Amino acid sequence: MNYSTFDLWIIIAVLGIGTYLIRFSFLGPLGRTALPPLVLRLLRYTPVAVLPALVAPLVFWPAATGGEPDAARILAAVATTALGYWTKNVIAAIFGGAAVLAIGLYLF
Amino acid sequence: MPAATTKSAFWRGFRDGLPFVLGATPFGLLFGVLGTEAGLNLVEVMSMSVLVIAGASQFTALSQMQENAPVIMVLLAALAVNMRMAMYSASLAPHLGAAPFWQRAVAAYILVDNAYAVSAAEYEKRPDQRVDEKMSFYIGCAIPVWVFWYFSTLAGALLGQTVPPEFALDFAVPIAFLAIVAPMLRTLAHVAAALTSLVLGLLLAFLPYSSGLLIAAAAAMLVGAEIERRMGDRFQ
Repeated sequence: MNYSTFDLWIIIAVLGIGTYLIRFSFLGPLGRTALPPLVLRLLRYTPVAVLPALVAPLVFWPAATGGEPDAARILAAVATTALGYWTKNVIAAIFGGAAVLAIGLYLF
Repeated sequence: MPAATTKSAFWRGFRDGLPFVLGATPFGLLFGVLGTEAGLNLVEVMSMSVLVIAGASQFTALSQMQENAPVIMVLLAALAVNMRMAMYSASLAPHLGAAPFWQRAVAAYILVDNAYAVSAAEYEKRPDQRVDEKMSFYIGCAIPVWVFWYFSTLAGALLGQTVPPEFALDFAVPIAFLAIVAPMLRTLAHVAAALTSLVLGLLLAFLPYSSGLLIAAAAAMLVGAEIERRMGDRFQ
């Protein structure tokens, strides 16, 4: 990580203020403005649309291995997703994925 | 009489919100640990948790920062993850909109996933409560996770540099993200959006400044929304 102190504080402050404004939007100034159905539909998909694209390169080309695909990490990612999908339990998915990662790193 | 019912609404909310502490605390710890390991100091890590209170978004910022993405790309990606909160805000507004301004301003600050989900369910179940009861329930429900978020981040940040490298903490963020996303894959539209995001995220990873991430996310949102529209209300 290579940011000046000023840049770091810009990130922290703008992220904080921006997030607050998103949260306050309809509870505050926008009041009971009705969102168009298309916008509501788009918003519903933001987490599932952003996070996989963010994670995928980290899974397939991890910085810790110099960008080389690594079986332990890929297996751990698959296990986490499968556990989360079937159990709907975030914590079970994290611990299951971490266990698979630990075993994989030990074996390979 | 009103004081008594708002008090009981508060404690009902508190009780319903308490279990979510178990889910939030590991993320706060992890953010504290990873933020410190990435080179943020205690004040910077804590400021982020106090100002943002949104795990997925904080991890997104951290992960972008570790790639040394430009400031604007860090912000766009981290704010994009939080756009869903506009939907939460809109769906709570009919219930809390009549409350005093300062209460709504506070409510917005602590609007997190579980406070929204639990309160929305409560208002559906008991639609006839007064606005002060609804607000008390909401605040009671949000408080446990809110407070634990601060303290778990602090604990993680203090632990920070004592975690040995064998723990492969570099992979804690991918695992945390996948664990957040996987339970959200409830409908075909969600699955299709996630797959679009995954494939485009890989194909566009070569683009500079993480701009591929934003293109992939925009395309995935469109795919999800379009499939939902075509499915009509069968999956609502």
